[in-house]
This record gives sequence, structure tokens and C-alpha cells, in this order.
Amino acid sequence: MSILSKFAPLRQTYEQLRAAGQNPFEMVFDGMLSPTEGLYRGRRTILLGTNNYLGLTFDADCIQESVEALHLQGTGTTGSRIANGSYDGHRKLEHALAEFLGRRHCMVFSTGYQANLGMLSTLAGKGDYLLLDADSHASIYDGARLGHAEVVRFRHNDPDDLHKRLRRLANEPGSKLVVVEGIYSMLGDAAPLREIAQVKREMGAWLMVDEAHSLGVLGDHGRGLAEHTGTEADVDFVVGTFSKSLGSVGGFCVSDLEDFDVLRVACRPYMFTASLPPAVMASTLAALRRLQESPELRTRLADNAGRLYYGLRDLGFAVGPQASPIVSVALPEAPLAVEFWNRLLEGGLYLNLALPPATPTQQPLLRSSVSAVHTTQQIDRALQLFELVGRQLGVLPALAGARRQRVAPKAAAPVHADVALIASAGGTR
Amino acid sequence: MNETLQNTQAEIIEGLRETLRKPVTLDGSTHIVRDLQLDSLAVMDFIMSLEDRFDVVIPLDRVAEVETLADLARVVDQLRGRT
Repeated sequence: MSILSKFAPLRQTYEQLRAAGQNPFEMVFDGMLSPTEGLYRGRRTILLGTNNYLGLTFDADCIQESVEALHLQGTGTTGSRIANGSYDGHRKLEHALAEFLGRRHCMVFSTGYQANLGMLSTLAGKGDYLLLDADSHASIYDGARLGHAEVVRFRHNDPDDLHKRLRRLANEPGSKLVVVEGIYSMLGDAAPLREIAQVKREMGAWLMVDEAHSLGVLGDHGRGLAEHTGTEADVDFVVGTFSKSLGSVGGFCVSDLEDFDVLRVACRPYMFTASLPPAVMASTLAALRRLQESPELRTRLADNAGRLYYGLRDLGFAVGPQASPIVSVALPEAPLAVEFWNRLLEGGLYLNLALPPATPTQQPLLRSSVSAVHTTQQIDRALQLFELVGRQLGVLPALAGARRQRVAPKAAAPVHADVALIASAGGTR
Repeated sequence: MNETLQNTQAEIIEGLRETLRKPVTLDGSTHIVRDLQLDSLAVMDFIMSLEDRFDVVIPLDRVAEVETLADLARVVDQLRGRT
């Protein structure tokens, strides 16, 4: 018996996905052409699942500064900051983020995942309580597991439920840290932060907001949901990532808390990992500047997000509760979702497929993330393909007069070719 | 098994029946993951519903070693006694 035998059921699920065509979790692009277009099997494919909200991955300044840092400081730091020391870029990036977010302190991490892993496992210790929104990202759950605090979930986006659970803990002496996200990554809905902040104040808890998907997206200055809802004074810790609106990789946490810096010698996912390489920090700094200098990017992002969200909703798809750059379509069952996803890809559109239990509603999701630099034509093309495949697979009713063609979820390969053909001829509308 | 523990287990089984919405045989020896085929999220959601049923806090690390419904009943019973 192999040490991997326990993964047999997972292996089986995985093989089934492969049988339906391209396995959504094994995508390999031949190349990237722009923030919104990639090459897949030699075809130009619209990228609608990259979290590249401001489209800065090909920004000329970001690339230029990254290249300069690479030449001046080399390819990597080859170690952690506590062992090998910090580079100028680490401190500069931390100062810039703290200044942008109006906070006194900042720590950067090598990924956004590690930022959550580090902050949750270190801030809440033995005898303390973590109160997590039920739909929290895996990095939040994993950070909670790494630490020694007691972990309690509250119902998604439900301040009353949070209040009830904090009340049950009222006589417990430990600190209570509430963790919510600015925009939830699966359905694109935002936390009711004003109400949650009120509960936090009333019950004497601490509050952390993960602005991974809302930094550069929400707020007049792009500071995220806390800015957008006017609750920044109530938010004790903001965590976030560089791998979405800032177009690179890495994570951070900012706070006004006195003594915050002691975490640099207490937080293991910060201490025992190689620090960010100079080229990454240089492009991140340039992207942060761009984010602040170009508010029109946020306007365009919101316009694009609305165009896709309302477009899909009006076609009759089951979309999330509110328009945001994350637009998810729920489908009733996994095989249908896998088939739908494959047909969109064959038609030249890439987005994310999310399957339960990674989804909050037990339904599979076709998850799009919109960018400020998507063209109107690209969004419309996506809508066109969604409609086409939706009608083919019976998710949307067939148009009157059209030949009704309900295809079984596990269709053979030629059907894909057919879709591609129709798609490249300009769709049906 | 004392009376409160027995009551706790009976209530857990009742809660589980409401959650599952399908006829199954449930007793103390029922293995939560293997017999009921609940994924990790479904288990956590069920725990959340038990917190409300018993008006207690059931920290997730306390259910990490739980395998059967009897194990779960013991954990919940302990937590009920705490307040």
C-alpha cells in the first residue's frame, strides 16, 4: 500500500475531470500576450479568470523598475530577513504601503497566503479566540489551524450571528479576533463592515480585514472596503496581497498597534521563509504608485464589472448577490459545469471553475474576474459565449425557432470543435 | 453513559437528521465522515448548527479528534458543562 493510497478518491475525481476535456486544474498557457489575453494551444484566448483587477502585469513602468532592480540587486535574496537581512526594497515597500493605507506599521510577506498564515497564527495565541466568517479563504482557515487559538465560525456576512457567538464567549478571558474579507473570492460579495465593526466595538473584539480582492478596487483612493465603508478606524489589522491588483506576488499586514514590530521575531511564516526578491518589490512599488495616480482604472474596472454582471444576470444566469469584479455563475452540478467550462475555453474564453466543497453554496461556480483593461468587446464576447454555451447545454432556454439541442454533459470531442467554429464565426447574436 | 450525555447524543442525532434530509440509521457508533460522507465544509456547518442548538461554543480544534457521533456527544457534553 502506497503512502499516497489515501488520495485514491481524489485521484478518481481528478481523472473524471480530465475525461471531460481539458482538466480545469491543469491549465498550461503557451504564453501571455497582455493582461487580458493568453495563448492556449496556439489560440488567442481571453483571460477572464486572473484577478488582474487593474491590469498592471504588463505596465511599462512596473516592468522597467523591476528590470532595473534585477540588474542592480540580483535575482533573489536567498534567505529570510532575520537571517540574511533586509534589502532597501523591503523597507521602502513597507513604508509605502503603510503610508498609502494611513497606518503606522507594515510587514510584508512572501505571499498573500503567508500573510494570513502568519498573522492569524501569531496574533491569536493559546486561550484567545478567532472568529472566522464561514466562507473565509483557505489561507485564513490554515492560519487558524497553524496557531493555538480556539477557532469559531460565524455565518457568512451575518453580524447578528457574530454577535451571538461573541456573547457566548463574553466570560472567556482571552482576546477575540474577528476576521472578514473585503470581497469574498468565490461570489464577489463584500462584508457588511459597518455592522461588523459595530459588533466588534460593542463586544470588545479585535478586527482584521483581508482586502486581497478589494485593495485597488474599492474606496475612492483604492484602500479597500474599510475605506469604502468609512470603517478604517475600527479595523485593527488589514492584510492583503500583491498578486491581484498590484500584479506581482507577496502579501502584507498593516496596523496602528503599538509594538506591532515585535511580530517580526514572533511570526514564523514571516521569519522562516525567503524574503521577496528585489525585482518583485520594485514592480509592486511601481504598481502601488500607479494605483494611486490612476483612479480612472477603478472607474473602468467598475464599469466592466457591471457590464459582465448585469449582462449575465439579464441573460438568465444565476450570478452572485452583488456586482463586483468577481462575477460567478452558479450551475446545478459538477459535470455540467466542467462541460460548460471546457466549451468556453474552446470558444476562446478562460475563467475559473470552482467545485464544492471549495464553493460556499454547494454548487459549482464558473468564476470570472474582471480587469480594468478588458475592452468592451472582450466583455461582450464573453457574454456572447456564455449565452451560446448556456443555450447549447440547456442552462438557458433555447431561443424560439432555434433547433433545440440539449447536449448531455459528457459530450464527445467534436462538439468542442463545433463550438470553436461557431465562436470564431462571430457567435449567434 | 449518564443521562445528560444520552440526551446530548439524542439531540445531536435529531439535528443531524434535519441536516441530512434523508433516511439513515444513526447511533453513537456512526462514523461522521465515513458513514455519512460529509465533506469538511458540511461537518463544519453541522458543528455551527449544534452551537446554536446547545447555545455553546464548539471550537474547531475540539472536534478535530472526533470520529463517531458518541465522540461528538462527549465533546459537546463537556462544553455544555463548562458554562
